[in-house]
Amino acid sequence: MKLRRTMMFVPGNNPGMLINAGIYGADTIIFDLEDSVALSEKDAARHLVYNAMKSINYPCEVAVRINHISTPFGYKDLETILAVKPDLIRLPKAETAADIKEIDELITAAEIKHGFLPGSINMMAAIETAKGIRNAYDIAAASPRMVALAIGGEDYLADIQTSRTKDGKEFFAGRGQLILAAKEAGIHAIDTVFGDVNNEEDFIAETTRIKEMGFDGKSVVNPRQINIVHEIYTPTEKEIDHAQRVIAAYEESLARKSGVVSLNGKMIDIPVVKRAQRTLAYANAVGKYKGGETL
Amino acid sequence: MLQIIQPSQAGTVESNDILIILTPVSADKGIHVELTSPVLKKYGRQINNVIQEVLREQGIDAVHVSANDRGALDCTIRARMMTAIDRAAAKEVLG
Repeated sequence: MKLRRTMMFVPGNNPGMLINAGIYGADTIIFDLEDSVALSEKDAARHLVYNAMKSINYPCEVAVRINHISTPFGYKDLETILAVKPDLIRLPKAETAADIKEIDELITAAEIKHGFLPGSINMMAAIETAKGIRNAYDIAAASPRMVALAIGGEDYLADIQTSRTKDGKEFFAGRGQLILAAKEAGIHAIDTVFGDVNNEEDFIAETTRIKEMGFDGKSVVNPRQINIVHEIYTPTEKEIDHAQRVIAAYEESLARKSGVVSLNGKMIDIPVVKRAQRTLAYANAVGKYKGGETL
Repeated sequence: MLQIIQPSQAGTVESNDILIILTPVSADKGIHVELTSPVLKKYGRQINNVIQEVLREQGIDAVHVSANDRGALDCTIRARMMTAIDRAAAKEVLG
């Protein structure tokens, strides 16, 4: 099971942060060539990320957020970065399937040029406008390279003309539609960043909320946020125990050729079994469960 | 081959970075590297080698390089040199 609980942004023009980016335990690091880089330093960030990726063996998935291909920087970003084979290209401000298809073709050409395995470079898209949300499924399904959709918070809020609230009601529509689009396409849904890094209480509340909504992970901007997200996404012992008992009851009913399964008086049907299987697979992937034992 | 036709700079004096300043010189002056670094004694030769290597790869044989190192790794030195060269060479390609 591929985990993308945390996708940590790393400013592309900061050598110290680039070099140390792999040590904090994020599932994915995203080297940023876009919003965190001044217009006058786009070339410098591109060279820095290229050389860091060429010489450092990062222990996690490495993504690069390029500038959009409608800017003067996007194509040059792709040409430079694809030569060092990122795991993932993240397109910001995605609004149409055509954006994704064009980048897919450029990646295909780069894979041939550099002798990389065809299809080995993945893509994800950040949706940051109402138009992008409306086209979310088409964007998600535009290429077999697509592995995730993310919602880009601040631009999205500016586009729909609202602002942040404590309980996140401004994101209800966008998050809801993005999750449905991602799940229908069979890819990950990633939530936006929480920029107030000193406000741990609200960060925990927001992360808990988006996990319950169905998001597979969250973009983070500070290493301090990583363990908090991972802890929230780790199944509890109680959840693991329940999942084990659901599966045991289901298997027992199969052995008895019984059509009806129940546990503690509650009926268990196939979706409940599937959820239990996912809980155990997830617990296994995060190192909390192995061979029938909770670790 | 590229020719350095205008002054340029890349990088910063932040920790882990290096500030590179390139200045054009006449062809007969060759390459001159002026390096300052808190680790000059231990890594001065290595830093100088990386700078010379990038210049050689780009076919540059005349330039003055001022390098103010703040503990940059080789990959950072290479990146800052590439940026400074791009900014100074203005894509002038000599036969």
